[in-house]
Amino acid sequence: MNRLDARFYIDYPGFCFDVACTVPLEGTTAVFGSSGSGKTTLLRCIAGLTRVPSGFLQFDQAVWQDDAQGIFLPVEERRVGVVFQEARLFPHLTVTQNLKYGMKRSNPSLRRIDFDHVSELLKLEPLFERRVSHLSGGEQQRVAIGRALLTSPQLLLMDEPLASLDQQRKKEILPFIQKLNQELRIPVLYVSHDLQEILPLANHMVLLKEGKVAATGPIQEVFSRLDLPGLVESNMVGAILETRIVEHEPQFGLTRVEFLGQSLFLPQQALPPGTPLRVQILSRDVSLVVGDPPATSSVLNTLEATIVEVGESPSDQYAVEVKLDVGCPLLAMITRKSLQQLRLRPGQKVHAHFKAVALN
Amino acid sequence: MNVPGMDWSPLWLTMQLAGVTVIVLLLVGTPVAWWLACTRSRFRTLVEAIVALPIVLPPTVLGFYLLVALGPHGLIGGPWKDMTGSALSFTFSGLVIASTFYSLPFVVQPLHGAFEAVGKKPLEAAWSLGASKLDAFFTVASPMAVRGYLSAVVLGFAHTLGEFGVVLMVGGNIPGVTKVLSIAIYDHVEVLEYTQAHVLSAVLLIFSFLILAIVYTINRRLPIHVS
Repeated sequence: MNRLDARFYIDYPGFCFDVACTVPLEGTTAVFGSSGSGKTTLLRCIAGLTRVPSGFLQFDQAVWQDDAQGIFLPVEERRVGVVFQEARLFPHLTVTQNLKYGMKRSNPSLRRIDFDHVSELLKLEPLFERRVSHLSGGEQQRVAIGRALLTSPQLLLMDEPLASLDQQRKKEILPFIQKLNQELRIPVLYVSHDLQEILPLANHMVLLKEGKVAATGPIQEVFSRLDLPGLVESNMVGAILETRIVEHEPQFGLTRVEFLGQSLFLPQQALPPGTPLRVQILSRDVSLVVGDPPATSSVLNTLEATIVEVGESPSDQYAVEVKLDVGCPLLAMITRKSLQQLRLRPGQKVHAHFKAVALN
Repeated sequence: MNVPGMDWSPLWLTMQLAGVTVIVLLLVGTPVAWWLACTRSRFRTLVEAIVALPIVLPPTVLGFYLLVALGPHGLIGGPWKDMTGSALSFTFSGLVIASTFYSLPFVVQPLHGAFEAVGKKPLEAAWSLGASKLDAFFTVASPMAVRGYLSAVVLGFAHTLGEFGVVLMVGGNIPGVTKVLSIAIYDHVEVLEYTQAHVLSAVLLIFSFLILAIVYTINRRLPIHVS
């Protein structure tokens, strides 16, 4: 698999930025952290917009920066698309001219993204002849995303693209960003401090804290680590499951999804059967049963689980986080009293009951 | 207009001088303004001060130094004479060079302000879309700074139209070569030809008023508002 290797170091007064990470060049990688953790600096270094004096960046086989050898490829030659927090459209051009600005400058033999496809994907056609200043914030950001895509980039960098939008607009744009990945197969690096943007989108994750990489890996693994206390509300997330919609049960207001051959039930979804659906389980919504589950229970969702380890809960001193294996990692937050009574230990088989929420 | 004894050549000469000077000013002033807007060099403030000098210096002081520099043994005039065989003082070319220095702040300052208002963000967007630095300057920074250019052209032109001291020092008063409008008016007054002085003054007044009125109107209607 192709990878992006990045190592950047710079000692600012009062802030040391020292990041080394490897990111797969497929799917969406979230760069996540609180503000001031160095997320935007990392993105700007990868784009080539900021040059730290000591850096190394390799995109697949191509070295983009290696200060040991004096190599630095300028941003305009990196073939990266950048979507900034503010749309940064050109006010003297129309929407169409903005969209075609980068496309015209791209190498025709490397163009693989079609203008009509992008306009359809982002629903841009009604905006074509409008002046940039007459677009809403959400429309501007859609044009900015289209403009970056039309350069047929090898990598799309998004720096908090939804942060300046209100909740309504965010909900409007998020589905477009989800579709990008599925339809265009461009690797995306997505910077955000908002968990609710990252959970539906990301496959991989780089967690930054105070200019350093605190954790990195597939998103399921990062969120199931027990040694990240105090890092945002990450331990609230018990699991992120990749499921597929099987059928709807409208009489009960439920949707049945399939996860590793087992059925789970969620509140009814608007998507058709067959659609992949990412499902979130909060660790406090998981309870554990030792031995056979009761034959009759009001709980709809049960998975067989093996206990992996037990760790402290960052948010509640009377609770613990139990890490389970259900085919993917799952965290359960239970009380210390339950832990003692059930005599839970690693390797033990239990049943996990939980409530699941769709993320799409 | 038919006024007896009226010589219109200073008017055309002045227009020519202002026109050529504005072109030279744009070619020289744009890179300087761009450098000032982009650089973090510690020499920046020094360059800003040098560019602004003609605003505070008496024109005769500037004119005196330019006369020395443009003369056959001067810093600029010497090499020029070696190349072309003639000195720069008391020539039209000399006047253009002198006017360029004199009007430089009136071109550099509006452009500098306009480039700073555009800022780095749209340029970063342009670079990330594959535009080279020069390409981004011409296709993004310059169109977005169009009001700055308009102000620069008008101020540079108008300021050159009205100069007196520098022209007198550097150009002298040679009819058809260096005798510009302001000097012609002065000459007419000297010999009590008030009619001719009135006509030329009125032409300059009306022209200046019209050009400013047009610029302010256009400026209001320009589509781009860079804030």
